[in-house]
Amino acid sequence: MFLKKLALAGAVTVLSGTTALAGCGLSAGNVNILGNDFAAIQAVVAGAGECAGDGVTVSANLTTEHRDLQVAALTANPAQYSAAIVANSSIVPLLNDGLIRSLDDLVAKHGQGLQPSQLITIDGKVMAVAFMANAQHLFYRSDVLAAAGVQPPKSYEEVLAAAAKIKSAGLMDHPVIMNTKTGWNLGEEFVNMYMGTGAPFFKAGSAEVAINNDHGVAALNMLKSLTEYSNPDYLTYDSNATAAVWEAGQAALGIMWGSRGGPILDDEGSTEEVTGSTVLTSAPTLMGDNVASTLWWDGFTISANVSDADAEATFVALVNGISDDVVRTNNDAAVWLSAVYEPSAASAGVSATAMSGANPYPMLPYMGLLHGALGAEITEFLQGSETAEQALADVEAAYTAAAKEKGFLQ
Amino acid sequence: MAHRTFFWFILPSLAAMLLFIALPLVSVAVQSLHIEHEQVLKVTKNCGPFGCKEETTVNAEATQMLRDQKPLGRFNGLNTYFDRGHLATAEVAQAWQERSSLGGFLADLYNLPLYKAIGFTLVYTFVVTPLVILLGLVIALGVNRVTPILKGPTIFVSLLPMIVTPLIGSLILFWMIDAQGIIGKSLQYLFDDPELSLKASPALTWMTLIVYGIWHSAPFAFVVFYAGLQTVNSDSLEAAQIDGANRWQQLRYVVIPHLMPLVIFISLIQLMDNFRVFEPIVGFSAQANATSLSFIIFNDLRGDVMRFNSAAATSVLTILGVTILLLPVLIRTWRDFKGKAI
Amino acid sequence: MTSRANRASKPLMIASTGFVLIWVFIAAFPFVWTLWGSFKVQGDFFSKADWRYALNGTRTAIETGGLFTGAGYEGAWVQQEFWRAALNTAIVVLFTVLISLTLGTLGGYALARSGHNYAFWLLMIALVFRAMPHITLVSGYLLPFFEWNLWGHLPTTIIVLVAINQPFTLWMLHSFFLNIPKDLDESAKVDGCTQFQAFRHVIIPVMWPGVITTGLFSFLLAYNDFAVTSMLLSKDNQTMVPAIAGFLGSTFEEGNVMFAVAAVVSATAPLFVLVMFFQRQIVSGLTAGAVKG
Repeated sequence: MFLKKLALAGAVTVLSGTTALAGCGLSAGNVNILGNDFAAIQAVVAGAGECAGDGVTVSANLTTEHRDLQVAALTANPAQYSAAIVANSSIVPLLNDGLIRSLDDLVAKHGQGLQPSQLITIDGKVMAVAFMANAQHLFYRSDVLAAAGVQPPKSYEEVLAAAAKIKSAGLMDHPVIMNTKTGWNLGEEFVNMYMGTGAPFFKAGSAEVAINNDHGVAALNMLKSLTEYSNPDYLTYDSNATAAVWEAGQAALGIMWGSRGGPILDDEGSTEEVTGSTVLTSAPTLMGDNVASTLWWDGFTISANVSDADAEATFVALVNGISDDVVRTNNDAAVWLSAVYEPSAASAGVSATAMSGANPYPMLPYMGLLHGALGAEITEFLQGSETAEQALADVEAAYTAAAKEKGFLQ
Repeated sequence: MAHRTFFWFILPSLAAMLLFIALPLVSVAVQSLHIEHEQVLKVTKNCGPFGCKEETTVNAEATQMLRDQKPLGRFNGLNTYFDRGHLATAEVAQAWQERSSLGGFLADLYNLPLYKAIGFTLVYTFVVTPLVILLGLVIALGVNRVTPILKGPTIFVSLLPMIVTPLIGSLILFWMIDAQGIIGKSLQYLFDDPELSLKASPALTWMTLIVYGIWHSAPFAFVVFYAGLQTVNSDSLEAAQIDGANRWQQLRYVVIPHLMPLVIFISLIQLMDNFRVFEPIVGFSAQANATSLSFIIFNDLRGDVMRFNSAAATSVLTILGVTILLLPVLIRTWRDFKGKAI
Repeated sequence: MTSRANRASKPLMIASTGFVLIWVFIAAFPFVWTLWGSFKVQGDFFSKADWRYALNGTRTAIETGGLFTGAGYEGAWVQQEFWRAALNTAIVVLFTVLISLTLGTLGGYALARSGHNYAFWLLMIALVFRAMPHITLVSGYLLPFFEWNLWGHLPTTIIVLVAINQPFTLWMLHSFFLNIPKDLDESAKVDGCTQFQAFRHVIIPVMWPGVITTGLFSFLLAYNDFAVTSMLLSKDNQTMVPAIAGFLGSTFEEGNVMFAVAAVVSATAPLFVLVMFFQRQIVSGLTAGAVKG
């Protein structure tokens, strides 16, 4: 993979030398991009960088602290960054404060190559252009399941049954692995699980939380049952840790991010036994046909506090950053939302999850507050020191205090 | 020194502190008394790669108008300080009225985020600080006896734990104490328990953090004490010996009194730093079992939604906590100061 | 404390030496282990599959063909241009230490020589300032810095680090100056010097041990800082610690973790040199009374 990356970098340079026009047909403008730091976004920014020249400057700040910077950086006038790369949760604070502009004119002028499904529209206005999808879904080891004599599970009940069989057959002590680190990760697991109950998070038309009910209890109980088959360290497991455990061949049923598929399936860091038998498939269901997962997109937004010329340059550069060439050269770096993207084994799980009717992560202004409250308050239940009802009551109380402070509840 | 001269000498330093600490401090205090404006919400039809949905969004223009009128938000008095995320007075009162036993009340108290954080913060502060002083002193006494040639390298190695960034130092140790890591495996072997994991239970996590804290801070105490030992008057030691004092008595009655001012200095700095314990919790991914005041602030400020008002209130509480903690030391310094003043 | 007073009985000597040996082992082991592991691949460094991999280099042998690999160092220094971060760190540290000490010496001297009550209260307030959690401070800076276009630049970060460091610097230097006899500058003033001239000609020549010690603590603060540098510097101006955190990332990729490990080792190396070089001064500065409380 190391070599592959170098080769890719080389390929991008060659392309920029041959195909892309300097300036991408623009005469002037400053493009400055803020975003997270991982391979797919690096590829997009490199693609946008091809537009530099002829009075157009392209620079970027890709950092893991991007979420903490974006609001302040875009509030300043003129904004520090002309574009922010966001996901469906991190776009919310920008929308709340009106920091990103409507892209309607720019899409009409320069967005012919975009697919309608890539456009994120809020109240009829295009506010972001999505370029990749992600979701947490089931990873399983076909060899271990076969040895235990179980079929690939479709529902969480079946996941539990399969885990019990693997354990009792003495194949693995801790067959289940999930991103259950206290904080954002654990909150996300609950959100996913609660999605599987089909119930809404909030009372209709209000910011009052509605998870303190039987559905919430069911979601919590399932999480707890799963953690009983997980390594006792599960409260420290984030996406990096789970992928490492999986690559070491120490788990057989994983609920992990689809974006981990590529690195797990490649030949680096793992044995043939693991990579050869790892299968990525749809997230399991919890109640009825409800898939217990949320769908995510990553996309770019353009700052409201920059000049129209800079906004246009930024839009053109970023559209170039997700051009067919970029997607083709970086096909396996992400599940691209593009016509030329070729699905692979690594993206099978995300596609299957999306096809099976999973819902996107709610883009509600107060969802982040609930997510935070969940991540902090349900740990004690999983550790067995309080009841599910008490945990949900704590979540409700913590959320309500936060929502009052932020002005969503009175 | 004349007021005027004093002023000019202190000005640059004072200006830097006023501008970058005092001003933010005032702003934080003011913000902790406010909460955000009521958000004007509307229901809109939102579409994306996964279909369309009716969702609630914030009416940014309407909310912005409210904000322009009153940029600080709504005045909330001390309510934020007393809400569930902070001092939680209502919840505490309720828990007290409904208590079945003192233990039950404390368990209820520990269920509230701020008290949970204070619990760990205080235990950490009051276990780590004395042990750091003790260990630092013992190391200093030990190193002081090492043959001169080996002294340099020993001092250098002893300083290592202090000079590495806490965030990265704790991360490295976190990797090592993993059930599959070298320390984790050794402990499993030592205690003959193949399932032993330092990350799994609250008690073990606390112990790990405390041991890390001691390991990280002991060099600071060591280097200060070692320097102090160089100035112990050998005449008074010899006098003590002639009087028939054994080694322990020499240490107790000559060396330790000499080092007392240093003990105060180390306590001051250590109490303060330990009360703000933060990096080890992140480095060791320990937030499931241990949180601290600084960690709560971090949690409020990071992530998709920043809760600045809440973080501001916790910060003010932290400063108050440090001040209370340091009060004995401060009173002593005041006496010293009055003693020295002409 | 040499001569007879220091002569110890044999069991005590053995106990003392044994203790120092154990301590040296505990202090150094994580560093030695990281240094060793930095020449391995990720599978061996974490050795999730079998802890002996870390010693044998099983995966390193499979993936690279040798028992040791410099891939982590090459990746960090060449591919990811870690030298830029090293350069930025050098700039930030140098100026933070210089400015901190200049401001701190002047202020600390004034506090030590003023007998007025306000000097005491200033010291107390400085202590309260030191109690302010850095995360809160930094979040407060963000908006004004972006607004005034100050964000992301090295000078901004240097000034912030200087300010955050002032309380500690003032405290240390103040107690150091208390130990320099007052008569020195008083007599200079009698000879017709102004306070500043007395400071320059009489105090400056004798203050170095304390200043060097304080400078080392400032150095460590600036060198190790994460809270300020990670939030106030743009990617191009990043210093080493946030750069290392960046290698780990929110979704770290295979190989990048080893860049981080190699970078950690690289970042610690200059500190080794520094401590080796200055250990005598640290001790002598402290001895001279910089920290008498």
